Amino acid sequence: MKFLSRFYIFIIFAILYAPIFVVILFSFNASGDLSSFSGFTLHWYSELFRDGQALIALKNSLIIAVTSSLFATIMGTFAAFSIAHSKNKYYQKTMKAVSNIPMMNPDIVTGVSMMLLFVGVASILGFKNSLGIWTMIIAHTTFNLPYVILSVLPKFKQMDKNLIEAALDLGCTPVQTFFKIEVPCILPGILSGLMMSFTLSLDDFVISHFVSHPDIQTLPLYIYNQTAHNVKFSMYALCTLIIVTIFLLLVAVNLMGSKKKKVPQTKKLTGGVSR
Amino acid sequence: MMKNRRSLFERIAGAPYVAWSAMFIIAPLLFVLYFAFTDRNGSFTFENILSLTSYSQTFVMSLAFSLIATTVCLLIGYPLAYCMSKTSERVRGILMVLLMLPMWISLLIRTYSLMALLDNGGLVSTLLVKLGFEKLTFIGTDGAVILGMIYDFLPYMVLPIYTSLTKLDKRYIEASADLGCNPLQTLIKVMLPLTMPGIISGVTMVFVPSISTFYISQKLGGGSFDLIGDTIERQFQNAVTYHTGAAISLVMMILILISLAIMNKFSDNDEEIIV
Amino acid sequence: MKKKLIELRNVCKSFDDEPVLSNIDLFITDKEFVTLLGPSGCGKTTTLRIIGGFETPDSGEVIFDGQSIADVPPYKRNVNTVFQKYALFPHLNVYENIAFGLRISKVKEDEIRRRVKEMLELVNLRGFERRNVTMLSGGQQQRVAIARALINHPKVLLLDEPLGALDLKLRKDMQNELKNIQHKTGITFIYVTHDQEEALSMSDTVVVMADGKIQQIGTPTDIYNEPINAFVADFIGESNIIDGVMLEDYKVKFAGQVFKCLDKGFDKNEPIDVVVRPEDVDVVKPEDGMLTGVVTSVTFKGVHYEIIVDIKGFKWMIQSTDYVAPEATIGLFIEPDAIHIMKKSEYSNMFGDYSTFSDEMDHLSDIVEEDE
Repeated sequence: MKFLSRFYIFIIFAILYAPIFVVILFSFNASGDLSSFSGFTLHWYSELFRDGQALIALKNSLIIAVTSSLFATIMGTFAAFSIAHSKNKYYQKTMKAVSNIPMMNPDIVTGVSMMLLFVGVASILGFKNSLGIWTMIIAHTTFNLPYVILSVLPKFKQMDKNLIEAALDLGCTPVQTFFKIEVPCILPGILSGLMMSFTLSLDDFVISHFVSHPDIQTLPLYIYNQTAHNVKFSMYALCTLIIVTIFLLLVAVNLMGSKKKKVPQTKKLTGGVSR
Repeated sequence: MMKNRRSLFERIAGAPYVAWSAMFIIAPLLFVLYFAFTDRNGSFTFENILSLTSYSQTFVMSLAFSLIATTVCLLIGYPLAYCMSKTSERVRGILMVLLMLPMWISLLIRTYSLMALLDNGGLVSTLLVKLGFEKLTFIGTDGAVILGMIYDFLPYMVLPIYTSLTKLDKRYIEASADLGCNPLQTLIKVMLPLTMPGIISGVTMVFVPSISTFYISQKLGGGSFDLIGDTIERQFQNAVTYHTGAAISLVMMILILISLAIMNKFSDNDEEIIV
Repeated sequence: MKKKLIELRNVCKSFDDEPVLSNIDLFITDKEFVTLLGPSGCGKTTTLRIIGGFETPDSGEVIFDGQSIADVPPYKRNVNTVFQKYALFPHLNVYENIAFGLRISKVKEDEIRRRVKEMLELVNLRGFERRNVTMLSGGQQQRVAIARALINHPKVLLLDEPLGALDLKLRKDMQNELKNIQHKTGITFIYVTHDQEEALSMSDTVVVMADGKIQQIGTPTDIYNEPINAFVADFIGESNIIDGVMLEDYKVKFAGQVFKCLDKGFDKNEPIDVVVRPEDVDVVKPEDGMLTGVVTSVTFKGVHYEIIVDIKGFKWMIQSTDYVAPEATIGLFIEPDAIHIMKKSEYSNMFGDYSTFSDEMDHLSDIVEEDE
């Protein structure tokens, strides 16, 4: 039974990772052919870096991911604060329902609707070019917001209300209380919201596809356009780089998380000595 | 708590988000409505909606594909989540990272990876030919598109089910065994109902992107496939057909919201996002 | 007479149309140790929160040092609070928790250092500066909470069931220590508890509350010896509460007998409640007793025996150091000064005799209160 279960896990994960390994493997394949591996090369990587477009796409991706995740995290944290502290059940429910819309809606509908907004508003205002880097930042901020709220709101709710009262009692104004007590207490939630929106933004293809100007490409858009018609091995190289980066990020986050959890235990062991 | 005092700061804190969601969540949907019910001159019409009857086959096929993909994901995913929840703490941590890594990699890249594996003249077909099978074509078949959906979205099925399984109090299972249930009865009568919230959120997270996808069918369908997503995407290549595209999006959105509402009837939990 | 530091005038408060406090009138003088005592839901914590500024009264006035503060937010009040579950800031260490209030009011660094050190000494936590507060024991967290509140030199310290989470032994130690700290600092303490023993042993003044109203205000001895109504008599200590009639001054009739007593000022033949504390009744031979009854149960309690006696169908509780056998007929002797007469109130007859009494019931109600 135990063996069967292990075997099942192994098979499914093997299938899940097989294509990814193929991409990584063939990004080093000398022959430029998908049927067999004929020798190691870094040719595709140098081709990728010689192509300035990839770097420009990377730069665009980073600009959009950093700004939109920061916007979303700041706005979302304040929004979650206001939802958590509101006494008005109606306000709370409406806010939660609204922030659910971009999560429940398929990406394609979110993308299309934002495109129609930008195009519609531009035509009302008489602009010719409605789509650009700003429309992408707006769209990314919008689909990031619910994830920030979802990771921060429970932290606000779990927080001991007495801590807030204690801060007020010790002389903090509500604004000081927010920055000195509440933000530090819910920092893990804020950071995980930030991480999540940064990654979602980097990964997004569907929504960007609709709200981007053809001249402004992010990495996923670049990959999509480059592979529209034929196989390009330099794209395998790019995918490999992205996969490795994300893998390292994920491992780092997990190590950080487990380290944090371990600290109290070690302290407990040495805690009782100094009395 | 302090009724009058904090509310000012609270309201100011929530204001940017309220404004943002009005402008970039609600307004875009109104634009979809507007485009769906107007013609190119901006006058009101039912034409766009009525013309959708010609797409009924697309709708049926998309629905069928995504239902098959969702069912297969559930059938593979539930046992996988169950087996994972049975492993030791250490193994579980590693499996979690392995499960989440694909979720963090852009779906575009993963779809592209799968394509590399299944491509005509790719690794799988070459292997099969070497093993003496006839030369098979994967790309462009129904199976490839459905496989793409399953491959892309399986982790989204496993994660919520796995989470609800690990949260499940082991004593329920012991109690059920104690009261005379065999393992199968325990599964059906105790575990399935108790993990229903996980199942529902898994089903949602697979079904919604499956029914609205367009790049999976583009890449793995060899360009010959028309799912709802493809149809919508094509309408937005050209400003002339925006109105039809908006109408299709609207109908799809409503269909999805109805099915989500029906599913959520079965569970009323506040789901939390897990990174 | 001492200066009135805090005064509540006619304060009312309700939550969701459910009245929690009705017409609270209370004043607290400088350097006093006042305890708000009552069962859960009696409004004691709400009263404290109104003084702290965490709740605004629906009507009535809160006067602090001669000024109305009903609308002053907590961070502008010269009052600090020790919270029930301490509410120490988990992201700050012991030193930073205690220094918090001074940091907010931008006190100079070397003065902060001096005052934190002083506070740590006051609460016996020298050397704990760098400790993580989440790693401290309950008693240590308690001390940090007290130090954090006291460092701002408040005029008044509010303590909301501060010892509720500690075990019995530690509780007793902390009671003494709190009392010492209050003496040393000369700060007014307002203390909320449902534990009557704690209230009696620590306070200068006890305010007994029930159902959102103040029942009685007085010194611990007053409250115990001269309870104002059946509720207070029952809530504080054990008591036999018997229906009686005041025949004339110094003469009361209950349990079918006429007794001499020390109370006067009632109408002729006015129906009243009589309180007799179990320890004030002497067990004598049946023929010497003013009352006779049959022993229904005897429980050994260590210092004394707890004897339940059936007198004409009414079960009395008597505490005696001498053993009597169950089923025996005994006589009871009650001195005039052991009898306390109370006016009839809404609580009369709510507290019956000891026929349904059991220790277990007492514990059950304690547990319910702690869940509050």
